[in-house]
Amino acid sequence: MASLKTLVRLNGISRSFGTFLANDKVSLAIHEGTIHALVGENGAGKSTLSNIMYGLLRPDSGTIELDGHKVSFGSPRQAIKAGIGMVHQHFMLIPTLTVAENIVLGDERSSLFTPLPRRRIEKEILELSRRHGMEVDPGAPVSSLSVGEQQRVEILKVLYRNARLLILDEPTAVLSPPETEQLFRSLRSLANEGRSVMLVTHKLDEVLEVSDEVSVMRKGRLIGTLSTSEATRESLARMMVGRDVLLRTDNPPQQPGKTVLSIEKLEYRTPDGRQKLRGLDLKVRAGEIYGIAGVEGNGQSELLSLLWGSWDRHGRVAGKISIEGVPILDRNPAEIADMGVSMIPEDRLESAVVPEFSIEDNLLFGRHREKAFHRGLGFDREKLRKATGKAIADYDIRFSLKDNPPISSLSGGNQQKLVLARELERPDIRLLVLAQPTRGVDIGAIELIHRRIVEARVRGIAILLVSSELEEIIALSTRIGCLFEGAIRHEFSEEEVRNGRISESGFEKEIGLYIT
Amino acid sequence: MSEKNLQPYIPVFSVLLAFAAGSAIIALTGTDPVEVYQKMVRSTFGSGYGFGQVLFRSTTLVLTGLAVALPFRVKLFNVGAEGQLLMGSFAAAICGTMIPVTTSPLIAAPAALLAAMAAGSIWAVAAGLLKVRFGVNEVISTIMLNFIAQALTGYLLTNHFAVPSTVHTSQMASGTTLPGFDRLFGLSWHSPANLSTLIAILISLLLALLLFRSRYGFTLSASGLNPEAARHAGIDTDSRIIGAMAIGGALAGLGAGNLVLGYKHWFESGLTSGAGFMGIAVALLAGAHPLWILLSALLFGWLDYGGLTVNTMVPKEIFMIVQAVTILAIISFPALSALRKR
Repeated sequence: MASLKTLVRLNGISRSFGTFLANDKVSLAIHEGTIHALVGENGAGKSTLSNIMYGLLRPDSGTIELDGHKVSFGSPRQAIKAGIGMVHQHFMLIPTLTVAENIVLGDERSSLFTPLPRRRIEKEILELSRRHGMEVDPGAPVSSLSVGEQQRVEILKVLYRNARLLILDEPTAVLSPPETEQLFRSLRSLANEGRSVMLVTHKLDEVLEVSDEVSVMRKGRLIGTLSTSEATRESLARMMVGRDVLLRTDNPPQQPGKTVLSIEKLEYRTPDGRQKLRGLDLKVRAGEIYGIAGVEGNGQSELLSLLWGSWDRHGRVAGKISIEGVPILDRNPAEIADMGVSMIPEDRLESAVVPEFSIEDNLLFGRHREKAFHRGLGFDREKLRKATGKAIADYDIRFSLKDNPPISSLSGGNQQKLVLARELERPDIRLLVLAQPTRGVDIGAIELIHRRIVEARVRGIAILLVSSELEEIIALSTRIGCLFEGAIRHEFSEEEVRNGRISESGFEKEIGLYIT
Repeated sequence: MSEKNLQPYIPVFSVLLAFAAGSAIIALTGTDPVEVYQKMVRSTFGSGYGFGQVLFRSTTLVLTGLAVALPFRVKLFNVGAEGQLLMGSFAAAICGTMIPVTTSPLIAAPAALLAAMAAGSIWAVAAGLLKVRFGVNEVISTIMLNFIAQALTGYLLTNHFAVPSTVHTSQMASGTTLPGFDRLFGLSWHSPANLSTLIAILISLLLALLLFRSRYGFTLSASGLNPEAARHAGIDTDSRIIGAMAIGGALAGLGAGNLVLGYKHWFESGLTSGAGFMGIAVALLAGAHPLWILLSALLFGWLDYGGLTVNTMVPKEIFMIVQAVTILAIISFPALSALRKR
């Protein structure tokens, strides 16, 4: 690596927010023509560092060198001009404009009075996209593109401005396995052309698969940079967490009981006429975890909203969902919760917590109808305080502030643990629906969350697990259903799953065949 | 961190800034601001009549402020307190003239108050229903409902209920009126302050309890802070929206207790003198907190009447500027600190 030319060098970058030190003297070199992975748990300072490199934040101290010259960016515009581009996790595209219009936006290269040289631009974009295996139709409106294609547009937008360093923030979170592979091929092609890529991620498999070098951050510090060929999953996990991590949860076999959840020939059509579920069938028994594997957008969200009674009633539904024989399609969330059902939604911040509420109030949120918490017209605060203390201890919820801070001050992993504590501890729970239970959660916290989920199963709760992480599905599930275009395309039996766990990567590929 | 710590002081800074601006303008008109403020304080806090006037004006503002604040908690901007207060006042006055004179005051006064609250509530719920059913923006619908209330009460007054050759309705039955401070406490302030002031304070306390201690308040706050999650948690957010509007409108209507039952004893044109609109400012300054609204309403009530007392020295419009600058500052400060966060 020493022979490679250094493109960007960070020297002792520090940045704090109030008393919180997000980056502590981080020094890092990114070489030309390489893919450099930046890994770390949530809150380790990865995003702060990339935002500093992209000019969104200013460092408190430290310098950035580009080609050996000191630079300082006051805004992303300046960073882009200098050749540093960033693709955010959440896309920043205008849906009603075409691909080409989105790409040239802010860099139109035409004056106020001359029209956009549309044809030339579209030709340029097509060439650029073909060269790196990222083909998109430049004339198509962005709203008609899939998530993977939208990401391509974001990358092309950066390339069109001749970026020499691309910063990608968790780019694979929204992609299917084949899309991910295609993205990695494109990134490799960019590196071969002499550009550099900084891949910000927490997925260790990806790091090992695609990067040349990897830097690990923990608690704002850069723990080390090593060549990927020298790294292993275990060594990286240890560097990230600071201790040995159990990457595999113990999952003892168990004899499942009677059927709790039964879904028969479920169909759903959205109000604007898109068929999202096409005859979905599945059964979940007490004491088993039924894992639904699948790429996002194959009907998961619709299935979850139907299960929870929160679906759009303007849509058209057919088929049956019943819990212990009682049909639930005509019930609302409060009624379904009363039947002993608990749901952890896909998007924690949007649907599971109130960020401004305290830990205690969030623990009450959604369970505020339980008589045990009532006193007079209000709540039994003493009882709540005790329940909160217990949840904090049992679920290892960590926070730095004293007492009872708003939940928004907790890290994503700790928020998720709190939601889990709330839902798993519901009295008389029979069915637990978990959607992406560890999305955006640190490795250390994943371990605990998985353990608690298996414990719940052992207690005899029926669990439906929806996750886009195959690893998680394989580790936890008793049976696995492969969801594709609104139906279970294939179901792996208990025995098949148990055997599959032995050779995981082969099993992952096998599942992959059924979900794409 | 530092921004967080500054947050609670924003209202204080805003008020100080507004007074500085007011002083500058007074100085520009060639008058000594210190003298003006001294006279204002003397003629409001220094005299029973003045103080009663301040309390009287603040009382309506407490109620209209609460009418704006409660819907604010479910992310609704109720600009319609003025219309709700108008409808309430009209209903109270009509109820007062219709009710048999022999009715006991223990029944007559509450009946008139209930009529006022019902009318205000209906006017607010109309906007709430439009919002929930058809997604109509509540700012627009409440403004329109203000116009309708204005026109409707105006029409009914001139064409049906006004005492000939006057602009007010006939005197209410004595049983429907609320006693003034002089009668209540044996004072001789001769001010319009009445029992409503005590009612308004009580209501603020009750509303604080409702919001921060009750289960209803918990679900209401959740619906406002994260509607998506609230629905997911099984809370009927639509009914919370209607509920907040219903209570808010009823409180605005209750402002009639102060203006009509406690003071005028009839409905006349121009009765509300914009107290509904000033309620928006009161709620904003108080951060929609029911207890801070008491203080915030007192400040605005003081500026309102205090401006009149120094009318001979400076035009009272200057104090309208002070009020407006306070609110401008309140809504600008958070934006400024957001800019600095980069």
